Amino acid sequence: MVMEIVCPAGTPAALRAAVKAGAHTVYCGFNDETNARNFPGLNFDRAEMRAGVDFAHAHGSKVLVAINTFPRAGDEAIWHRAVSAAEASGADAVILADLGLLDYAARNHPGLRRHLSVQAAAANADVINFYADTFGVKRVVLPRVLSVPEIAAINCETKVETEVFVFGGLCVMAEGRCSLSSYATGLSPNMNGVCSPASHVEYNEQQGVLDARLGGYLIHRVEKGQPAPYPTLCKGCFSAGDKTGHLFEDPVSLNAEKLIPQLQKAGVTALKIEGRQRSKSYVAQVVRNFRTAVDALEAGQPMPEGMLARLSEGQAMTTGAYKKTWR
Amino acid sequence: MPYPQNQIPLCPAPLAAALRVIPLAPLSLSLTVFSRKIARNNPGLINRLGEFDTTDFVLDPTDLPIVLCLNPNGGLPKVKLTRRRQAKGSTRISGPLAALLGLVHGAFDGDALFFSRDLVVEGDTSAALALRNAVDDAELNLALEAASLSGPFARPIQQLIALAERQTGLCLTRPEDAALW
Ligand code: SF4
Repeated sequence: MVMEIVCPAGTPAALRAAVKAGAHTVYCGFNDETNARNFPGLNFDRAEMRAGVDFAHAHGSKVLVAINTFPRAGDEAIWHRAVSAAEASGADAVILADLGLLDYAARNHPGLRRHLSVQAAAANADVINFYADTFGVKRVVLPRVLSVPEIAAINCETKVETEVFVFGGLCVMAEGRCSLSSYATGLSPNMNGVCSPASHVEYNEQQGVLDARLGGYLIHRVEKGQPAPYPTLCKGCFSAGDKTGHLFEDPVSLNAEKLIPQLQKAGVTALKIEGRQRSKSYVAQVVRNFRTAVDALEAGQPMPEGMLARLSEGQAMTTGAYKKTWR
Repeated sequence: MPYPQNQIPLCPAPLAAALRVIPLAPLSLSLTVFSRKIARNNPGLINRLGEFDTTDFVLDPTDLPIVLCLNPNGGLPKVKLTRRRQAKGSTRISGPLAALLGLVHGAFDGDALFFSRDLVVEGDTSAALALRNAVDDAELNLALEAASLSGPFARPIQQLIALAERQTGLCLTRPEDAALW
């Protein structure tokens, strides 16, 4: 069976671009703190979500709604309303991370398919099977810390579908557990839907040298002509002891295009592209590329060479943990 | 896309030279009228700006001797062209005119232009992001909007714009719409 391409859409225009470019499935979120890409100018209001789902369905694509932040105690109703709105919009599934919200959705919206967000950091078969048995989770998005053999081992021990990231920004920690952004800015992807939020970012260019700060901390300084990375904390240049460098991760993007055949052999159902904060031009280019790749694989043809380097952070790519030697 | 992203053309020298001498007040007025029409036709654009719908944006085409100061003004935008490079605003987005126009028309990815440093953002990064995202969603076509202001001359104006696009390499229309002309 052809592997499912799951594409990001930060706006209705990006959703339409993804569908037209051949996305089997599009994921998106509401314009509030219920989704882990709560950026200014992005996301869908309720009417836009309904229209987006209608458009996707009319073209044979599915829509998944990410409600994948962790509800604040006392304010759960915001997240509960989002689940109801996703079902009312006709979405094909919701992507959830929080145990309480999974329980709520399973009890109150049993007909709505539930996927487990990467934010839940479910990285072994036991925990995945627990989510399936307890909350009826049908698919898990695996964290970006597993190698291909580890993914294959998980797939041998669970019937839950697995979805893995193949392209885009790289969150290198066990997701949903990282506190770097909270430490520097008070805001985190887990609670507020933003990592290293733009509201705390400051750029300053002097004679070609570009400084990028987050919450007042200098995260990067790049010389004239060098690519400019966004000051995401884990990709910053730090001094520790006698070493200065990218201690956690280089400012690179994930590109596991060449590993698609191996991921298929490992039993992966769906390939996820990161980037709800990116433009419709990015979405269309990346989707087209990956759709061509999985169609070629299905037809037994050679995989086309990728053309996506310029779209990536630092204009450099990595295969991430799939083939990683950790520092 | 009229040209590959790694070959962003510079604005033709005669246009830059003309902008050094022509009076900017009437041009500012025309651009204010034009931007109000765009805001009227695309209410979603202003909605997406959210809390930034009264922010002072400075758009700085680095290959021209002018900057464009834009305040969306809650849906009744004001545009002012100025020759002062140091025009004040909450956020400043600088880059070649072709990159700025390509961004508006969805020919380019804003982040990619930023990573490659073809675009530089200074000041309030959230406001710049909101503007970028709102414009990306609006699927604007500046040429089509301009032509629709020209009444019976719409068609010849469109053809003139298409010719100007071919000659200058500037992205004056949305690539998918251009194919229909
Ligand atoms: S700082 Fe890095 S590892 Fe932590 S949440 Fe953000 S992207 Fe992920």
